[in-house]
Amino acid sequence: MPMSDPMLPQVVRVLRRRRELPEVWTLEIEPASDAAADAPNFEPGQFNMLTAFGVGEVPISYSGDPQRSQRWVHTIRAVGAVSTALTRLRAGDVLGVRGPFGSAWPLAAAEGRDVLVVAGGLGLAPLRPAIYRLLAQRRRYGRVTLLYGTRSPDDILFRRELERWRRRLDVDVQVTVDHAVGDWHGHVGVVPALIARADFDPARTSALVCGPEVMMRFTLAALRTAGVAETAIHLSMERNMKCAVGLCGHCQFGPTLVCRDGAVYRSDLLAPYLPIREL
Amino acid sequence: MNPPADADVSPAVLTVDGFQCLIDELQRRGYRVIGPTVADGAIVYDDLASVDALPRGVGDAQDAGRYRLTRRDDEALFGYAVGPHSWKRFLNPPRLKLWSSRREGDGVRVEPAPEPRQPLAFIGVRGCELRAIAIQDRVFLGGRYVDRPYDVRRRGAFIVAVSCGTAGGTCFCTSMGSGPRAQGDFDLALTEIVDAGEHHFVVEVGSDAGREIMAQLPSRDATSADCRQAERIVAATAASMGRSLPAEGVRELLLDNLDHPRWDQVAERCLSCANCTMVCPTCFCSSVEDSSDLASEETARERRWDSCFTTDFAYLHGGSVRATTRARYRQWMTHKLATWIDQFGSSGCVGCGRCITWCPVGIDITEEVRAIAAAPARTGGSDHADGHAQD
Ligand SMILES: Cc1cc2nc3c(=O)[nH]c(=O)nc-3n(C[C@H](O)[C@H](O)[C@H](O)COP(=O)(O)OP(=O)(O)OC[C@H]3O[C@@H](n4cnc5c(N)ncnc54)[C@H](O)[C@@H]3O)c2cc1C
Ligand code: SF4
Ligand code: SF4
Ligand code: FES
Repeated sequence: MPMSDPMLPQVVRVLRRRRELPEVWTLEIEPASDAAADAPNFEPGQFNMLTAFGVGEVPISYSGDPQRSQRWVHTIRAVGAVSTALTRLRAGDVLGVRGPFGSAWPLAAAEGRDVLVVAGGLGLAPLRPAIYRLLAQRRRYGRVTLLYGTRSPDDILFRRELERWRRRLDVDVQVTVDHAVGDWHGHVGVVPALIARADFDPARTSALVCGPEVMMRFTLAALRTAGVAETAIHLSMERNMKCAVGLCGHCQFGPTLVCRDGAVYRSDLLAPYLPIREL
Repeated sequence: MNPPADADVSPAVLTVDGFQCLIDELQRRGYRVIGPTVADGAIVYDDLASVDALPRGVGDAQDAGRYRLTRRDDEALFGYAVGPHSWKRFLNPPRLKLWSSRREGDGVRVEPAPEPRQPLAFIGVRGCELRAIAIQDRVFLGGRYVDRPYDVRRRGAFIVAVSCGTAGGTCFCTSMGSGPRAQGDFDLALTEIVDAGEHHFVVEVGSDAGREIMAQLPSRDATSADCRQAERIVAATAASMGRSLPAEGVRELLLDNLDHPRWDQVAERCLSCANCTMVCPTCFCSSVEDSSDLASEETARERRWDSCFTTDFAYLHGGSVRATTRARYRQWMTHKLATWIDQFGSSGCVGCGRCITWCPVGIDITEEVRAIAAAPARTGGSDHADGHAQD
């Protein structure tokens, strides 16, 4: 065979499954058999196409530590047929994987700068590999801030880890919920509102943003108001994907293909198209 | 396809009988020979056993939303314009198994789908279709990832192009620079001459493979008079074309007018039927579907043509990103004429007119561009030259 077929999944095993939230599970899987053995064998911000055999294939971001090359970690919300089938896999079961695909969070370019990580809902999962790297290489960055918003206190993803990071003196972690219930004493409101209160130097800040599209639009507006340069803001976009290799046309967003040019984009490249409805 | 080593292979003249020898020779060499033939009242592409299967003496009448075969007053073999089929159905079949999997013990084995053994030979590829193949080459072969099914089929294909002697009723290839003359990556290119009792083809050789085959056929060298006659035919076709698109500025025009009222007007007519995408020779979008037997012992993934006009196409979070026909038509047309350039370095339109002919309500892409150009309202909010925001 002259060359490999990018549409062929590799068969790997589930090493571990953990429940995060009622509908959200984390799978630790073997890396694809053609992946490099050394760490890192993916970049924070990238994703895989995961196949539940006989059901289908969907894009899922890496949510694990890029320094750990022996297991690939994915955090999946069961929303439909494929994602539900994936979250039902147990340790030892097989699934198909193609990847890694897509662009990465610009962590090297952010060295020496303040870093503002803004996550909404499950958007925290694709940002977690970036957070691991920021913390592992903490001395290379200025102030590091994580702003995380979710619907209710019961929907807080990676809660124990957030609490652990919050105890560190070199990271500012702020969590807000749309609706407070029970004994919640933290912030209430949407995550863009936290930006005005966060401590960073806008002139030398890199912002990494992932969440629902409306949340990202408001976050973008708040970051602009705060004075962060458009070219220093990065967003992760989501579109329907069937191939992840630029061949199926499904993931178009304006002049770009999300699987090829994203999913992580510098925001000035998207700014003309984000306000246009149904693009 | 490599250009012939000997750069000046002079044109030859092939008779209609010689044309049968061409088909025979291709079959002898193991090619699956495909070309135009009549089925269900249209010119379609199918396996050709002999020259008799070609639509001899058949012409067509095409206009927006209209297609009808006609009887010519000569015996031309290629006296019609393109029909609803294009070569993409052979290079990228409408349904295609990608792989299957089988449970083995507590594991699963993935088997790539078998690949076709027989190389393809296309007879009667028009200039616009050569361009369409070149455009799909960029999509499927020109990026970081190569589409294996397309590559396997495309690599060994032998292309017999034909310059157009008659413009179709909806063609605008002249303005797109893709026709009516067959130019580009072909093995042989023919111009059919049917005139005053004469009936033959002036043949241009485009590759070593083409030269090898020509050497096996009964032919004579073309005279300069033959060549001039061929040129005149193509020039007359170009001059008789009724439609056009502006050569420059369409991309900027459309991207600056993403909220133009014309999109609402076209959406009132468009049925979102996806015909235009199915007949378009460059539209390449596909979807995949997995299946399994009841016991889940065996599963398979199949790829099939998809269209940006379906609601599932842009499905995300329980709904379509493009819920309205307005958004879907805008996506189709701006992709063809504008964002294709960003994505793949060329326009996605070759001016073949198929989308105009086969639209049941007769929507005309050239007319839509003209309507926006006539009353542009810079609403897109974009500065495309350098990608910077401009609120
Ligand atoms: C780059 C990228 C990264 C992603 N990362 C994650 C992640 O880390 N965790 C996670 O839980 N989800 C993630 N998603 C979303 C996830 O892919 C969808 O939830 C999933 O495709 C839904 O498929 P389904 O069959 O379970 O649901 P259904 O709703 O039945 O979907 C039907 C079909 O629509 C498509 N589709 C539906 N929703 C989406 C969507 N949101 N994005 C893309 N295609 C969709 C799929 O092709 C699917 O086959 C990501 C999406 C993208 C594009
Ligand atoms: S958009 Fe219409 S005219 Fe252009 S190549 Fe496609 S079918 Fe032909
Ligand atoms: S433009 Fe015409 S052919 Fe295309 S989807 Fe609309 S009605 Fe169908
Ligand atoms: S997912 Fe197929 S082109 Fe991007």
